[in-house]
Amino acid sequence: MTTPSLLTLGPVLFNWPVDQWRDFYARIADEAPVDVVTLGEVVCSKRAPFFEDALPEVIERLTDAGKQVVLASPILVTTERERAAVRGLIGTEDLLVEANDLGAVAQLAGRPHLVGPFVNVYNEATLTWLAARGATAVSLAPELPAPSLKALAAEAARHGVAVEAQVFGRVPLAISARCYHARAHGLHKDGCQFVCGQDADGMDVETLDAQPFLAVNGLQTLSHTYLCLASELDELRAMGVSRFRLSPHTVDMVRVSSLFRDALDGRRGGAEVAAELAGMIDRAPLANGFFHDRAGAAFVGGDGAAAM
Amino acid sequence: MASFELICPAGTPAALRAAVDAGADAVYCGFRDETNARNFPGLNFSRDELAEAVRYAHARGRKVFVAINTYPAAGNAGPWHRAVDDAARLGADAVIMADLGLLDYAARKHPDLRLHLSVQASAANPEAIGLFHEAFGVQRVVLPRVLTVADIKGLTAQAPVEVEVFVFGGLCPMAEGRCSLSSYATGLSPNKQGVCSPASHVRYEPRGDELVSRLGGFTVNVFGADEPAGYPTLCKGRFAAQGRASYLFEEPTSLNALALLPELKAAGVHALKIEGRQRGKAYIASVVSTYRQAIDAFERSGTVPHVDLDAVIEGSRDTAGAYQRSWR
Repeated sequence: MTTPSLLTLGPVLFNWPVDQWRDFYARIADEAPVDVVTLGEVVCSKRAPFFEDALPEVIERLTDAGKQVVLASPILVTTERERAAVRGLIGTEDLLVEANDLGAVAQLAGRPHLVGPFVNVYNEATLTWLAARGATAVSLAPELPAPSLKALAAEAARHGVAVEAQVFGRVPLAISARCYHARAHGLHKDGCQFVCGQDADGMDVETLDAQPFLAVNGLQTLSHTYLCLASELDELRAMGVSRFRLSPHTVDMVRVSSLFRDALDGRRGGAEVAAELAGMIDRAPLANGFFHDRAGAAFVGGDGAAAM
Repeated sequence: MASFELICPAGTPAALRAAVDAGADAVYCGFRDETNARNFPGLNFSRDELAEAVRYAHARGRKVFVAINTYPAAGNAGPWHRAVDDAARLGADAVIMADLGLLDYAARKHPDLRLHLSVQASAANPEAIGLFHEAFGVQRVVLPRVLTVADIKGLTAQAPVEVEVFVFGGLCPMAEGRCSLSSYATGLSPNKQGVCSPASHVRYEPRGDELVSRLGGFTVNVFGADEPAGYPTLCKGRFAAQGRASYLFEEPTSLNALALLPELKAAGVHALKIEGRQRGKAYIASVVSTYRQAIDAFERSGTVPHVDLDAVIEGSRDTAGAYQRSWR
């Protein structure tokens, strides 16, 4: 409880036009009450070149605004080019790196680094092992239920490691070598025409009974629902979670981050924030089922009843 | 170069004997609990059954690997530690694991126990594989099904360990061990409980002439009267995107890389793995003996004989999956 709560912004997972991407971070720098901003193309290496030229300017803008900038490594690294990109990232000496695959974990050993939500940290032994190699913060997978978060946060405190939980945004559920965006458009990954750029919050995937179900983002599959743990913030803090991660969407992220800041600072109640967020996001309902050890798509209300 | 090692699944003692008798070089199995990624009702081995399985295999010069490849739950490492301790005590030739903390435990507690890295660890590049080798002495990696044959060749050249790849059976289109689709729909996941799209959450509902398959609260497929109804594994379901219904993630197919044996040999692959611990002994016997004959013929002649696996291929369709670049 003595650790100050940090509001962190995860990387933009979607393929936004570079101008939109740059403008987004400019506004975050100027207006969003977030403490940490994680940058980097983590989903598809084919997109990375679009953002390379704009990256130094965005880093500078955020840093000047007092944000701590973190560079995230990609989730899936298989090709020589992708490996070289990770080596380049690791070579960045003045910024913290968030490892999102075990190859990056390997290369960051012996220096302070962050472990991202795409590295499996399910138990105390794994967390302890990562801490011994230099991890200073671990962002836990949204799949973990509250008792696991509690046990991991307690272990992390013994090692001086900060624990992060995603509290807002669609939940990454899977990564593949196959591009489902391309596949849905009758294309292959090699000739994808960057059709993922058509869906700034992910492509809707419905069941054959027209139930909204998932969202596809190129190689990545996310939840249709937007994770919201606003009502659970006090419980998370009591466990020792000190970093609260917001995943960027086209919804007004300045307002989203302000709402979470207000909740963390006690100016507004978590349930009130959740209700306001539900009103802002008209394309999908909120969910918090993973935290409550239910199906991830479920929303467990204050009365403990689950809806889906 | 040494002959391919053929690694075969067993969900029951009868399947294990069938696999050994059909020519498996090694059989992999798990204990009857959440410590392995095929934690299905009626499957897997008690401690006594594993002891007997090891005796049966060793008497015939074959090996037994024990999969302890889920991620131990926070606050409850006991079942996973006992699984490792018992596998070592009962004479397993290797344990197949994915979790960093559990590998650390096994390496420290049982320094002589051979460690294999499970596909569930999703180690897809030499740096990741090197980490497991250097930190825990892992001697073999089972590659995730996200790599082309060309990727595998580049990887074996740099990886300091033996490489094992899947050649037949159920195909995950997602990187293994990094998928929460099942728990999003049901609350139960491969990583935590060792189940994917669990039978406890499956419903088949007739609707006129159609049959609807559901998992948790979600429709996974709708079958017409003339279509065989498959099991609603989430990533093999039919969904709508861009206004069109399709098998968006993967068709209900079996992986079959038999035709790729020459390429896999040239890529430096050491062992070939068949998926299917949930399968019956007749299926195991059929697939294992077919692969045994094909591998032996290939090792003798350098060419892959034509063999008939149609009877055991899911949906009567097969694919070389991610091994071919066009799959992506």
